[in-house]
Amino acid sequence: MDEGGWVLATAIRAMALGTPILWGTLGEIVAERSGVINLGVEGMMILGALAAFVVAQLTGQPAVGLGVAAAVGGAAALLHAFVSITLRANQYVSGLALTMFGLGLAGLLGRGWEGRPLLDTLPEISALTYAGLGLAAALWAVFYHTRWGIVLRSVGEMPAAADALGVNVALVRYLAVAFGGVMAGAAGAFLSLAYRPAWTEGMTAGMGWIVIAIAIFAAWDPLRAVAGALLFGALFHLSFRLQAWVAPELLKMMPFAFTILALAATAGGRRGQGAPEALGVPYVTGER
Amino acid sequence: MRRLGPLVLEPDPAPPPARVLGVSLLALAGAVAAAGVVFAAYGADPLYAYAVIVRGTFAGLREISEVVRRTIPLLLCGVGLALAFRAQFWNIGAEGQLLAGAVGATAVALFVPLPGPWVLVAMFAAGFATGALWGLLPTLLRLRLSVNEVLTTLMMNYIALYAVAWLIHGPWKGATQFGFAYTDTFPEAARLPLLAGTRVHWPTLAVGLALAAALAFLLARTRLGFEVRVLGQNPVAGRYAGIDPARTLLAVMVLSAGAAGLAGVGEVAGVHHKLLDPGQVSLGYGYAAIVVAWLARGSPLAAVLTATLLGAIFTSGDVLKVALQMPFRVTDVFNGLILFFLIGSERLLAVRIRWAPPAATVRVGSGLPGTPEAGGES
Repeated sequence: MDEGGWVLATAIRAMALGTPILWGTLGEIVAERSGVINLGVEGMMILGALAAFVVAQLTGQPAVGLGVAAAVGGAAALLHAFVSITLRANQYVSGLALTMFGLGLAGLLGRGWEGRPLLDTLPEISALTYAGLGLAAALWAVFYHTRWGIVLRSVGEMPAAADALGVNVALVRYLAVAFGGVMAGAAGAFLSLAYRPAWTEGMTAGMGWIVIAIAIFAAWDPLRAVAGALLFGALFHLSFRLQAWVAPELLKMMPFAFTILALAATAGGRRGQGAPEALGVPYVTGER
Repeated sequence: MRRLGPLVLEPDPAPPPARVLGVSLLALAGAVAAAGVVFAAYGADPLYAYAVIVRGTFAGLREISEVVRRTIPLLLCGVGLALAFRAQFWNIGAEGQLLAGAVGATAVALFVPLPGPWVLVAMFAAGFATGALWGLLPTLLRLRLSVNEVLTTLMMNYIALYAVAWLIHGPWKGATQFGFAYTDTFPEAARLPLLAGTRVHWPTLAVGLALAAALAFLLARTRLGFEVRVLGQNPVAGRYAGIDPARTLLAVMVLSAGAAGLAGVGEVAGVHHKLLDPGQVSLGYGYAAIVVAWLARGSPLAAVLTATLLGAIFTSGDVLKVALQMPFRVTDVFNGLILFFLIGSERLLAVRIRWAPPAATVRVGSGLPGTPEAGGES
């Protein structure tokens, strides 16, 4: 009978689970706008989740955990930045390496922390959701209405021109990739401090990949990313809620199948639209 | 050109095999050293851990045969990925294709009545077909709609994972297995023979070695191989040369994904004799195969060596679990680090170091170090 309550509760949980997806996506969008694709989101998220959980356990301060998780995510991203920007290695492979390393390291160091209850969780989930929404709006404003935005986009679109105008391409890319890592780390912290709240190995369960996909079919636009993140938050949540009727394994498949669908649907006709021109291409002064 | 004491560093975009090997070994050494740091952070003595690994992988026949057993799926997935990477097709979906192959083989083993020796043949054929099928959708999406194959192949991994989980909990749940989620055990005719005294299912190994040789031949000596190499190095030139990228990529992906499917057949028919939890069917072989292919620099023959190395790492995972109570995930630390050091060291490939102590020898360096193309044989 309580139809309305069920819908509302579902919407709230969808918003809640959409929050880490949104944070991660916004970070990835910034990195990719600078011309660096980072496939290491899954690895940075899981490291953030573990770091946040451990710090919150040790200090009793979930906010400190969130901060440390952001720093850990940023540090992990710098690894990718160094290999792909300074050493000019293949960005795909470097990101994959980061994901493998992150999953492995978190699995190893997190071994003793599984199954422990977390007493001090992040209290206000809704505040974190609003923070994500606010950040999306802020990023949109920065991208299209500030000098920083122009610098970031030009580095991703035409690094040689930006370089000629005196922009430090490598520095901008480093900062953008680090920002992506900070956001991914914070997203992981959200999972282990607020949503679950617990630490289990592999708890990101592919969310990092969905984040990268949303960045693409949101056409690297922070506002569209909001819609994408909420949609997938709802999908992930429904995959828990519908288990009374459908086999849970089939439900868990749903977000991934839907990702393929979304990528295919947004690719048709206007292919590549919105992709930063220099995405994935290392930049060397004087070389084209 | 740069001077470093008596040494001269010159750009040289075409590295000789000896330098490729040297740089690769250097990268591996770096990864091993970095892994030692991780061990120390975990609270384990790195030197003791290394000793445990060496003993656990090389000490005797039992240890070596375990490495070989782990090498089999890595080799099959790895040679397939090497081929795909040569064509600049980013197949990250070997894990899912392996699982799909396992499902195909299980379907034959459990539900298709065939006369004795034909069972295994049909299982390999079905595994290849289902593996290839699993790679088809990302390929078509890339060809028709330019959808990035990295993400679609990855998504297919997760879909395969949950599909296997669904099968073993639902429609294929074994009648004889009370409370456990796996299928019925395969009949005797659907089990691969083992090398005496080991757990090595040798027919799959033979298939893997044959496939490595066949793909090396294909790349070096056939029209399709030529097209793959041209497309991989310069797609625009390929199109002008009249190469149909759709046809070529489709062929590449059928072979690449099919090979991963064969790996899945070996795991269920040679190791488990049933379909079970996807995390046990594959311990992440499909992902580790990316390292196999990249370390082999796109050469199927070199993949035999690099798959063995990764096989040793997976065996180390077992050994470290027992000796140091580390979770099996430690293998991912190794894999990630190797990949990092490998691509991080790639620029060294394009540098020739020459001994030139006396007065400055001036030579004009030609060009700047570019990204070295993958390729062992050509």
